[in-house]
Amino acid sequence: MRVVNVEQIKEAVCEAVITANTRLPADILEGLQQARDRETVPRARYLLEIMLENARLAQEESMPLCQDTGLVTVHIALGQDVHLTGGDLYAAVNQGVREGYKKGYFRASMVKDPLNRINTGDNTPAVVHVEFTPGEELVITVFPKGAGSENMSRTAMLKPAEGWEGVRRFVIETVKIANANPCPPIIVGVGLGGNLEKACLLAKKALLRPINQAHPDSAIAAKEAELLQVINQLGIGPQGLGGDITALAVNMEVYPTHIASLPVAVSLNCHSARRAVVRI
Amino acid sequence: MTHILRAPLDNHILEQLSAGDEVLVQGTVYAARDAAHQRMAAALEAGEQLPFDINGQIIYYVGPCPAPPGHVIGSAGPTTSSRMDVYTPPLLARGLKAMIGKGDRSQVVKDAMVKYGAVYLAAVGGAGVYLARRIISVETIAYPELGPEALLKMELEDFPCIVAIDMRGNSVYRTWTG
Repeated sequence: MRVVNVEQIKEAVCEAVITANTRLPADILEGLQQARDRETVPRARYLLEIMLENARLAQEESMPLCQDTGLVTVHIALGQDVHLTGGDLYAAVNQGVREGYKKGYFRASMVKDPLNRINTGDNTPAVVHVEFTPGEELVITVFPKGAGSENMSRTAMLKPAEGWEGVRRFVIETVKIANANPCPPIIVGVGLGGNLEKACLLAKKALLRPINQAHPDSAIAAKEAELLQVINQLGIGPQGLGGDITALAVNMEVYPTHIASLPVAVSLNCHSARRAVVRI
Repeated sequence: MTHILRAPLDNHILEQLSAGDEVLVQGTVYAARDAAHQRMAAALEAGEQLPFDINGQIIYYVGPCPAPPGHVIGSAGPTTSSRMDVYTPPLLARGLKAMIGKGDRSQVVKDAMVKYGAVYLAAVGGAGVYLARRIISVETIAYPELGPEALLKMELEDFPCIVAIDMRGNSVYRTWTG
C-alpha cells in the first residue's frame, strides 16, 4: 500500500491547470500545423496561422490560450492500493484549481447557482471523476473546457434498428448545428453505448485521447476515419468561415449497452483543446 | 482590400462593407457579454438610460481574463454571439452599429440589422492572447460587481475581423436545408 497526502494532489492540480491553459498539447499543435499545410482555402489558412501564432504567444508569455479558461473537469485514476491522507480529496482538487487560476491570472467562469448566476470568484468547483485502477498509480488529468464548445454537446437514445447509420446521422447533424460556435477546427468526441451518463462520459473521455492515436480496435478506428472524412466535406472550415478543415479528429469510445438501447453522445472540443496529465 | 472601422459609425460607412471583407477595427468599443446585456435590457425595459451613449457604437462580446502584471488586459477573444441575440434588437434600435463576436446570429437579429443598419464582425475565437495584444486600454464603466462580465470601454488598435453579416443581411456562414 502506498500513502499519498492530498496536499500533493492539490499541488499537482494547481500546476496542471496552469500548464493546460497556457500550452497546447503536442498532438493538438501538430494537428493544427498539418491542417494549415493541407488547407486549400487562403482565408482558412490565414485563420489557422493566427491560431498557431496564438499558441506560440500563450506559451511564450504564460498567458491563457483562450479567455474562456473553462470549467475544469478533473479525471483521477486512483490505484486501489493507494491510501489518501491529509483531508478531503475533492477539497484538495478544488483548492488546486483555486490557487492555479489565481496564479495564472485565469478567468473565473463558474456561477454558484445556474439560475441566480453569482460568480464564485475562483473558478471552483471543478467537476471531478474518480476511477479505480489496479496497483499504486495515481494519474490526474485536468481538462479545462470552454462553454462555446461545451454548449454544442448533444446526446440521443437511438433505436437499435437505427444502427451505425443513425449514429452517423446524429454525429454529423451535431456538427452542422454547432457550425461556427465551437471554434472549429474541432475535435469530435463520440460516446457510443452504455446508458445516458456512460455515453456522455465516454464522449468526454474520447476527447482525452491524443488526436494522433486512433482507437486500438480497428473496426472503431475505421468508423472514426469515416466520420472525419464526412465532417471535413461539410465546408464549415476554421471559425465556420469556410474551408477544408472542419475537424482535426474524431475520437470514439464504445461500451456494451442494453438490448433495447443505442445511446450516443457527442462532445465537441475547440481548436484550443487543452488538457494536462500528471502522474503522482 | 482591408477596411478600417472606427466608431462612431453610420449607414453610409457600413454600406461599403460586404460579407467576407476584412476589416481592422480601431478606437473605442464597448465590451459586454451575457450578464451586462441582461442588465442593459433591464435598464431599457425600466425606461432608464444605458451606461453609455450607444448611438454609432461597437459592442465586442468578450469576458477577458484578468490582466497579468505588465499587461493592460489578459486574454480577450470573442465569445459565442448567439447568446446575446435575445438582447440585441433593442440595442440596434437605439443606434448600435456593429457587433464583434463569433458564430452565426438569429434571423431576428439579421432582420433588425437590415432594418436599422448594422454589421456583424467575426473575430478569431480562441485567439485570446493574439487579440489581447491589439487592445491598448481598458476601463470599467458599469457593473463592476459582475467581475469578468462587467461593462468595459476598450481602445483597439488594428483589431482584425471579418464581416460575417453585412447590413444587407448577407452572411458568410454555411447553412443547410434539410
